[in-house]
Amino acid sequence: MIADFNPETGQLDIYNGNQAPHAHRTVYAHVAGLAEHMIRIRCNDIGGGFGNKVPVYPGYVCAIAGSIVAGVPVKWIEDRTGNLTSTGFARDYIMHAEMCAKDGKITGLRVDTIADHGAFDSTAQPTKFPAGFFHIVCGSYDLQASHVKVKAVYTNKAPGGVAYRCSFRITEAVYLVERMVEALALEMHVDPIDLRMQSFIGTEQFPYETTTGWTYDSGDYHKTMRVAMDIAGYEDLRQEQEDKRARGELMGIGISSFTEAVGAGPSHTFDILGLKMFDSCEIRVHPTGKAIARFGTKSQGQGHETTYAQIVAEELGIPAAHVQVEEGDTDTAPYGLGTYASRSTPTAGAAGALAARTIREKAKKIAAHLLEANEQDVEWKDDAFRVRGSADQFKSFAEVALMANVAWNMPAGVEPGLEASAFFDPSNFVYPFGSHVCTVEVDLDTGEVKILRYIAVDDCGPHINPMIVEGQIHGGIVQGLGEGLQEIAVYDDDGQLITGTMMDYAVPKASQMPRLELDHTVTPSPVNPLGIKGCGEAGTIASAACLVNAVCDALAPLGILHIDKPLTPARVWAAIQAAKANANGGGHPGIQPGASPGDAQTVPGAVGPGKENVQ
Amino acid sequence: MIPTSFEYARATSLRDVLNVLAKGDGTKLIAGGHSLLPVMKFRLAQPPRLLDISGIADLRRVEEYRKGARIGATTTYRDLLESELPRERFPILAECTENIGDWQVRNRGTIGGSLAHADPASDMPSLMLALDASFNVRSKRGRRAIKAREFFQGPFATALAEDEILLDIVLPPLPKGAGTAYLSQDQAASGYAQAGAAVVVARSRKTINHAAVALTGVGEVATLVTAADQLIGTKGESEVLARVAAASVDGIEVQGDIHAPADYRRHLTQVIVRRALEKALERAK
Repeated sequence: MIADFNPETGQLDIYNGNQAPHAHRTVYAHVAGLAEHMIRIRCNDIGGGFGNKVPVYPGYVCAIAGSIVAGVPVKWIEDRTGNLTSTGFARDYIMHAEMCAKDGKITGLRVDTIADHGAFDSTAQPTKFPAGFFHIVCGSYDLQASHVKVKAVYTNKAPGGVAYRCSFRITEAVYLVERMVEALALEMHVDPIDLRMQSFIGTEQFPYETTTGWTYDSGDYHKTMRVAMDIAGYEDLRQEQEDKRARGELMGIGISSFTEAVGAGPSHTFDILGLKMFDSCEIRVHPTGKAIARFGTKSQGQGHETTYAQIVAEELGIPAAHVQVEEGDTDTAPYGLGTYASRSTPTAGAAGALAARTIREKAKKIAAHLLEANEQDVEWKDDAFRVRGSADQFKSFAEVALMANVAWNMPAGVEPGLEASAFFDPSNFVYPFGSHVCTVEVDLDTGEVKILRYIAVDDCGPHINPMIVEGQIHGGIVQGLGEGLQEIAVYDDDGQLITGTMMDYAVPKASQMPRLELDHTVTPSPVNPLGIKGCGEAGTIASAACLVNAVCDALAPLGILHIDKPLTPARVWAAIQAAKANANGGGHPGIQPGASPGDAQTVPGAVGPGKENVQ
Repeated sequence: MIPTSFEYARATSLRDVLNVLAKGDGTKLIAGGHSLLPVMKFRLAQPPRLLDISGIADLRRVEEYRKGARIGATTTYRDLLESELPRERFPILAECTENIGDWQVRNRGTIGGSLAHADPASDMPSLMLALDASFNVRSKRGRRAIKAREFFQGPFATALAEDEILLDIVLPPLPKGAGTAYLSQDQAASGYAQAGAAVVVARSRKTINHAAVALTGVGEVATLVTAADQLIGTKGESEVLARVAAASVDGIEVQGDIHAPADYRRHLTQVIVRRALEKALERAK
C-alpha cells in the first residue's frame, strides 16, 4: 500500500488492495485522528482476496503513520514469505464431538472445540463472534438438541482472525458435522445418504430455527441431494466400490451436504469492529440512458462489474453494457462494508435492484406525463413504459432518461435528474446449500489419493450470471480440495513457520484436479428482493469434508475411522500402517491423527476430527 | 523472496566464459535460471555476479553421437521433448521430461543447469546415472570427461571445479531391446521428487543381462542402486524384484522432512523401485 499524506492540505491518499475500503477508512480516521473526509482510499484491481485482504494489517498502519510523520509518501510492501508468516490464519481447531440418532434419524450433537486464536483475540472467532461456527454447526439436519462449546486459546502465531478462505469458521463447522454424519452412518451400518435423507430439515419447515438459535431462510435439501445422486449414479458407484473391494482396491465415495450462512447483515446480529453490516448502491442515469452504478463492496476478480451491471440493467430495461460499475474509491462509492463472506450480491446487489426500482418508479411518472396518460394506466413491459391497451403508445427508458436530465417537459412537482441510492439491510442471513459427491482411489502401497470424480449440486437461489456462479463454485471446490489433500501451515517447536514459501506450502494445481461435474437447484431466499444467495464460499465449505469423507470411506474396510487433513500420502500411509499393526494385534485402530499423534481421541460412537492446522 | 544485488552479463562466446571462470571471482553461470534464481530469492545463494550462457548457440543442441546422443548443456527441456533422437533412442528422457515443472519451466529450464545445480531431489541426475552418461567439461586449463557416477558428490555439490563449465552430456546407446522407466512421487508444493527411480533393463532370451537402477530424492545425493546387480541372470521374477526393491535403500541415509518423513520415504522408494522395474521389464523386448 502507498500512504501519501500531504502536510499542506492535510489530505491522506491511500492506494491499497483491500476488500473493505470504507471500513478501513473509518478505522484510519480513528487511529490517525484525521477527519474522515480528508482520507481517500482507492482500491483498484486487487487480484484475488479470498478474505485475506479484509483486515487492517500492521504494515498499513506503519505506512500511514510514517507518511504523516515524514510528510512524504510511504510504500509498504510484503513478499510471499512475509505474507505467509504474518497473515491471519484459520482451521487450527481441535474439535471433539458426539452425535446421536434415534429411529434412523440424527437427533443431537455435542461439540467441544479448542480454537487457536493466534496472538490476538481477533474478530471472526466463535468466542467473539457467534455467527459462523455456532451458526451452522448443526448442518442441514433437524436436530432436537445440540450443545456447542468453544474455548479460545492464545498462541504465538499470527492473528487468527479474518483469514484466507476464512468463511467466519463455517468451513470448520461444516467439516465437523459432515464428518460426524459419515462416522455415525458407519457406526449405525446405514448408508450415509439414507441417514442424511432421514435427517434433513424438510422444505415445509422453513423458516427453520436451529437448536443453536439461528433461523435458516429457505432450502430443499432432499431435492439437491437427489440431483447429486442421479448425476453420480450413486447405486452404481456403490456397486463399483463393492466390486473393487473384492479385488482389494480401495475406492471411496464421499458426500457432503452442507448449509452455510452468508450475505451479512443483518445489522441486528452482525458487525465487524462495531460497524454494522448492510450494503449500498448509488445509481446515476446519464441523459442518453446510460448509467453509472457505484457500490459499497469491492470485487477482487469475481466479476461484480458483470453481475451488478446485469442486475441494474434488468431493472432499468437497458443493456448491461450501458451500466458502468464502480467500486473501491471511498470518495465516490457509497458507504458499505466491502466484499467477503459471500455477501456482495445478496446485500449490495440487492441494494442495486432497490435503487434501480426507485429510479424506475420516478421514470414511470415522467413517462406517464410524456404519454399524457394516468400513471396507473402506464405499465413497465418489454423494456418500455407502455399505456395499457395501446400498443403504439410507449416511451423507452432512454427517452425518459433524456427528458429527466434535460428537463424540458417534467410533470409538476417532480425534480429533474434520475438518481437514486439504496442501503440494504436484510432481515436475515441467506443460507445457500448443496450436495457434493466425490469418489477417490487410495493407493494402499503409497498412500496416494486420486480423485476420480467430483459432483457438485449447489443452490444459491436464482443465478444472475451462470458462468460467474460456475466459476465461483469451481474455484471454491479446488480450494477445499487443496485443504483436504495437501495444504498445511507447519510450525516448528519454537513457533517458527516452516512452510513459509510456495515450495513447502502446497497450493492446489489445475493438473491435480478432476473434471468438476456441476449442476444446481434454485430455491429463492425470502430475505432480499432478488431471492439470491451468495456462492463465493460454497465450494470451499463443501469440498474439504467431501474429500476426507471419500478417503475415510475408502479406508473403512481397514478399520480406519478418521484421518486428520491434509491427507498427504505420508499421512494416509501412516494411518494404513497403524491400522495394519492394530489388525495384527487384534485391536481397532479407529482414529488416525496422521503425522501429529496425540491430538485426537476416540469417543465411542463418535469421531473427533482432531487437530487441524490448515491455513 | 528478493535476492541480494548482483551484476549480470551475457556471454557471447565460450572463450568469454572460460576467461571469466578462470578469474575465480565467484561468478555463477546461469542459463534457464529455474534452479538458481529460486535459491537466490531465498538468499541461499548470493552470487555477486551472474554470467548468462543461454546465448551461446553451440551449447544448445541435440545430436547423434557414437550411436548414442550428445546433448548440449543449455538444451531446454522443451528442446529435448521436441527432438526426435532422444525420444526414439532414450524414451526415459521424454517420460521424465514431460513431467518436469510446468510449461514455463520446460520452456526455460535446461538439462545442463539442472545437472550442474545437482539438487538431491531433481529428476535428471538419476536418469544420467541409470543411462551411464558422461559429462564433457571445460576450463582454460583444458577439457575432461566426468562419468555421471563420479559427478554427483553431495547435495548441490558436483565434481565440477570452480573454473569449469559443463559443455555437454554424452549418452551411450542403450543395450539392444532395453526397457526403461522413470517413476517418481512429487512433493505437492515444490514438484520435486520425494522419491524417484530411473530404471534401464535389458534381457537376452528372457534372462536379464543388463540392469541399472538409480534413485533421486531419497538420500543426500542421487545414487545408483547396487542391488540392481541381483537382477542379472534372473528372469525378473516377482520375488527377485521384491528383493531388489527392498534392498534399494540399503546404505542410503534416507532423508525425512515435513512432507515425507524418513520411514515413509524409505517405504515409498521400495514401492517405486518395484513398480519402475516392472514397467521397464514390460517394455524390454
